[in-house]
Amino acid sequence: MSEEHGHGHTHVTAAAIGSPPDHSHVVAPAVPHFHRHDEHDRAALQVLPPEEQPAPDGGATPALRVNGICAGYYGRDVLDEVSFAVRPGEFVGVIGPNGSGKTTLLKVIAGLLPTQCGSIEIFGAPATPRQRRQIGYVPQIELVNWSFPVTVYDVVLMGRYGRLGMFRRPTRDDERAVHSALEEVGMLGRTRSQIGELSGGQQQRAFIARALVQEPRVLLLDEPIAGVDAASQHAIFTLLEARQQHGMTIVATTHDLSCVATWFDRVLCLNHRVIAYGTPRQVLNDEVLSATYGSHVLVIPEAAAAP
Amino acid sequence: MHWLTDPLQNDFMVRALVGSALIGLLCSVVGVYVVLRNLSFIGDGLAHASFAGIVIAFLMKANIYAGGLVFAILTALGIGAVSRRSAVSLDTSVGVLFTAAFALGVLLLSQVHGYVIDLQDLLFGNVLGIDRADLALIAALGLAVLATIFLFYKELLFSSFDPLMAQATGLPTNFLYYLMFVVLAVTIVVSLQAAGIVLVAALLVTPAAAAYQLTNRFGWMMAVSAMIGVGSAVVGLYISYYLNAASGSTIVLVATACFFLALALSPKRRSLLGAFLEFRRTAARVRP
Repeated sequence: MSEEHGHGHTHVTAAAIGSPPDHSHVVAPAVPHFHRHDEHDRAALQVLPPEEQPAPDGGATPALRVNGICAGYYGRDVLDEVSFAVRPGEFVGVIGPNGSGKTTLLKVIAGLLPTQCGSIEIFGAPATPRQRRQIGYVPQIELVNWSFPVTVYDVVLMGRYGRLGMFRRPTRDDERAVHSALEEVGMLGRTRSQIGELSGGQQQRAFIARALVQEPRVLLLDEPIAGVDAASQHAIFTLLEARQQHGMTIVATTHDLSCVATWFDRVLCLNHRVIAYGTPRQVLNDEVLSATYGSHVLVIPEAAAAP
Repeated sequence: MHWLTDPLQNDFMVRALVGSALIGLLCSVVGVYVVLRNLSFIGDGLAHASFAGIVIAFLMKANIYAGGLVFAILTALGIGAVSRRSAVSLDTSVGVLFTAAFALGVLLLSQVHGYVIDLQDLLFGNVLGIDRADLALIAALGLAVLATIFLFYKELLFSSFDPLMAQATGLPTNFLYYLMFVVLAVTIVVSLQAAGIVLVAALLVTPAAAAYQLTNRFGWMMAVSAMIGVGSAVVGLYISYYLNAASGSTIVLVATACFFLALALSPKRRSLLGAFLEFRRTAARVRP
């Protein structure tokens, strides 16, 4: 541990002293996982140039702040002291190989899994169940039994059940919310369809509508474009971007690196710990990607990496 | 119409008819959740587990159905806890816990000299033996279960369809999870009189599975399942009267006939004939 720490510290010092005026050259170290224990290390870990670092005090309160969380299943650590912050209105992508903890991270933020250490803040307040009402969560579509006898309308209405409370029947307000969410995701035509009749993209949009009727300020999406054709992918990102224009904060996991540069403001590269966190231009390079995805180097040409 | 009214001259037949219709209704409504959540193995297991409670209650000279109920609820909660809190799958924990409870029942029963409990009635049900007190118990517990399902309708629907998302929107999914098991345990023990330990799972699963073939709406599925459940209970009881056969078996067989009819008529799935033809084609292809 002390050796790792020393190594990390050396690197940061070098970067701090030797940092050239052009901060875009500050990149994640090739083997960055020893940077996690103090503030200096975290500064180096986040690939951001210093002026873009969220100020430790003052400045805008982040919509979401994750402070050194650990989490796992049955004693196996999946997340190892993960820290990052998302500014209000930001669209952040989470990338990483299978089993790197992307889904676990979203579940922990949504309060579906307990953490073993660390803390989460939502708009500056600790993440209590009440505070988490501001979070909308869109799970992976394959986790659901799509032959279940419910319609698109029924599914979207379920998004209102939490705020409705026990024993209450949906009101006109709820119906209006469902209607406008279905309109927003372009699914008004399929309202009465059984959910199993939908394509992957439509299922995804129904799930997004279900999260939107909760009127969240932060939207978490788990693999929103997995198993979705290119046209639907575009439709989904377009509607998310429109929401972002209206101030919604969005965090989405994805396998698809091709959409990273186009849609995300910042990218969190995750492999149990944060490998790098920065703009697409900063993280889409050999160094960061091979550190994220492991030994098999993912070669992405410089030209393609630049947004 | 004499053949319809004649049996009702006997008080025991009236009680049996009311009792089995109530049980048919109860099982077919709860069965919708059993089918959609893949809990049929658990239903079967809970019925077997209640056997231990029945024998213990018998040895303690208490009401045997009350004993069965307590044991089934305790085992249901135990199974929920084991599968939730450890890496043991639900199926495996059912296989371990429920057969263990049944084995305990068999062990205890073997210590009783001369079977005083009618084992046949316990295993296969005897709806004709329903007395006034039984009927009151069935009605009271059945009403409690149906009221619970009515009150928690939307919560049970959401947590059955997508438990993760239900939890994320703030529903008390843990409570609902255990509530479902308690509802299931009560339903099963109440139904033992009609179908017995061995056949009760069929009352739960078959009407709901038939209804599932016929509709795409959850509410409709419940309604159709209830109709099939009550219908097969009544028709099955009459058949058992005229054939002088065990009522549990005739009720289950009528429900099974409904299931195959529904499968054949199902608008959303391949017809039975189509499935059969495809099976033959596949079999022909696989055969060397």
